[in-house]
Amino acid sequence: MDDQMQKKVNDSNPQDNLPNKNNLFKRIVAFLVNGFRKIGQRLQHNVQKSYFVFKDGSIGTKLSHIIMGFGNIKNKQIIKGLMYFMIQVAFFLFMFTSPLVNSTPLGIKALGNFITLGTEEGDIFNPTDNSMLMLLFGVLTIGIIVMFLFAYSSNIKSAYKSDILKRTGKKLPSFKEDVLELFDGRFHVLMLTPAIIGITVFTILPTIFMILIAFTNFDSLHPAGLVLFDWVGLDNFKAIFGGTGEIAVRFWPVLGWTLVWAFFATFTNYIGGILLALLINKKQIKFKKLWRTIFILTIALPQFISLLAMRNLLSEYGPLNTMLVNSGIIEAPIKFLGNALNPTTARITVILINIWVGVPYTMLMTSGILMNIPTDLYEAAMIDGANKRQVFINITVPYILFITTPYLITSFIGNITSFNIIYLLTAGGPTVPGYIAGSTDLLVTWLYKLTIDQAEYNIGSVIAIFTFIITASATLLTYRRSKAYKEEDAFQ
Amino acid sequence: MMKKTDKPVKYKSMKASENLSTVLSYIGLIGLSVIWLYPIVWIVLNAFRTEYNDQNQLIGIVVSHYFPKAFGFDNFVNLFTKTQFLTWFLNTLLVASVSFVLSTLLTLTVAYVMSKLKFKMRKKFLNIAIILGLFPGFMSMIAIYYILKALGLTQTLFALMLVYSAGAGLGFYVAKGFFDIIPNALLESARLDGASNSKIFTKIVLPISKPIIIYTALLAFIGPWMDFIFARVILGETNTHLHTVAVGLYYMMYGERADSNVFTLFAAGCFIVAIPIVSLFLSMQKYYIEGVTAGSVKG
Repeated sequence: MDDQMQKKVNDSNPQDNLPNKNNLFKRIVAFLVNGFRKIGQRLQHNVQKSYFVFKDGSIGTKLSHIIMGFGNIKNKQIIKGLMYFMIQVAFFLFMFTSPLVNSTPLGIKALGNFITLGTEEGDIFNPTDNSMLMLLFGVLTIGIIVMFLFAYSSNIKSAYKSDILKRTGKKLPSFKEDVLELFDGRFHVLMLTPAIIGITVFTILPTIFMILIAFTNFDSLHPAGLVLFDWVGLDNFKAIFGGTGEIAVRFWPVLGWTLVWAFFATFTNYIGGILLALLINKKQIKFKKLWRTIFILTIALPQFISLLAMRNLLSEYGPLNTMLVNSGIIEAPIKFLGNALNPTTARITVILINIWVGVPYTMLMTSGILMNIPTDLYEAAMIDGANKRQVFINITVPYILFITTPYLITSFIGNITSFNIIYLLTAGGPTVPGYIAGSTDLLVTWLYKLTIDQAEYNIGSVIAIFTFIITASATLLTYRRSKAYKEEDAFQ
Repeated sequence: MMKKTDKPVKYKSMKASENLSTVLSYIGLIGLSVIWLYPIVWIVLNAFRTEYNDQNQLIGIVVSHYFPKAFGFDNFVNLFTKTQFLTWFLNTLLVASVSFVLSTLLTLTVAYVMSKLKFKMRKKFLNIAIILGLFPGFMSMIAIYYILKALGLTQTLFALMLVYSAGAGLGFYVAKGFFDIIPNALLESARLDGASNSKIFTKIVLPISKPIIIYTALLAFIGPWMDFIFARVILGETNTHLHTVAVGLYYMMYGERADSNVFTLFAAGCFIVAIPIVSLFLSMQKYYIEGVTAGSVKG
């Protein structure tokens, strides 16, 4: 890590790069360099500070570095001190007994296993090491160590704080006062703790685990607990650029279709939604609420219902095809979705159905905006003698565009990762013979099939990382835009 | 106000074209409504379709005519007697009830803390939350599956509740946007009167936040009825007695042992699920719209 950091610092001098605004790559490098520099400074600062605390603290604080809670107990904050001590005991027990879960150890042994990912090949009498659990438990143990370090540093802070209070002659808070403080000054600690635990266990750890899998050969040939798998470095990423595997052949077409889909899905919904909102909000139209409710039905209806209904409605012998044939518009039934003869048919169909699904949502959003257009803008235009069309083109349209640009980008991101529509309508089909990814598969549905159905976890993980890169860059773009808005205030 | 001065001139010259445009607008709206209602009405019609073939068997497949030839409640009777739909429904109700309470609490508390309390790590938390939100959710699903398995929790409804509620801490943006517009002066004056932060939250902020509480609770309650990605992975295909409605109905149609003759049963199931969800949604749409627009304007 440190070597990499150093290399980046040497490669480019941030001052040289900053003025060159157009060069995105250089700016990213400069951003990283500054980031690392800041982290370095913080690290240095923290080390100096802890050294000072150690030197300045009482004997209690000094001993707290070895026995957690000692400082608090010495200063008569017994319960608090005991709690720290319990944490330490529990942590050491956990680390050194290395408890077995599903016959795979946690604790200190898990750290070793994390590096080897298992060595025991196994035979009829002994089971093979479960590499997947070893990787997972390695991550979990590291997570627990990090949490322990937080507790450890909070123990020292607490001991030092009571030193300072004592030295200045102030009264030390009792345990009861500490608890009460949780409901006031440290309210955020109380409120955030459950959320942070939930997010750590169910989002952060799993995400780290999945990212690590991209660097292993955990796939259908290495099922967990039966065959060992191992670290393979960047091999899975290299596989995208060469070879004949699934990922080499299908990655670029799927990526291309994902972007095309996201583009059309976003803009058709956006334009359709605005037009529908304008139509419903026309002042001559009566029963506005009724019209709106009709369209809101699509949002209220669970997607698995509406999409599976669509899928059957459009089936080869379903009512829509029959109606089209009977009325003479087409000669034979069209296969619209997963079984379509031509991928383009299926692609156009899913984009059209996405209009049905998404337009009401945009309509709702823009209705609110339309009603909030400042009336003084209209008044000014009317006084200047503008007619309705001119007002629409010169005021309504730019205003809506101005307000909704951030929404446009977030919905683009949403469409890149939109799973239900593709999976429930076509399940990725029409299939491409010999490959898992069909012609309407997006990166996310492909990822789902690879991991859940095919157990090709490593490739799935590489795709997930790419999806993340795409959505992350789009989000960065949003951020820059919305910041520009705040500074400019251009429209009003 | 501006219209008053314009009215006489405008209405005289533009009356004809204005009428025409009104008529066209109505025609357009009616046409669009037909397109939008076409699949929804179709699924409702199929739920009540009771057509029998020569061997006196109920025809359950997708048929080519839109309007059924006979109506009845046979599909509903079969749904409750021949499938595990009732179990699925109760499972979903249980999961939804527990996880909506937990996740509403989590979402609102995190949103409030992020919006109104100033503390050292605030900015960092916000950034981390944004970055985490960018990873595709089911990328971590496999790992969650194995974590739950290590805890001995897979293939239980409790695991599902845990997964739905645990993620709630990250979905605080809309609620934060709402809390942001509560004036700080209000909270400051309470603080001067000696109210603690927890008092301010429960006694002052929550009572005036009805719309956002309802919006959050509504989405949290509806979530389990709609989700089938997570539920599918965690519950597995074979444990039919643990399925939620979405998973159960999906496997009925497209599972390993799927039968093409169950479409009307599926439609009946959808009808029963949709009635409470849609009516709940429509009765609270005011709050939903407020939530959505708050989110969009903030960006």
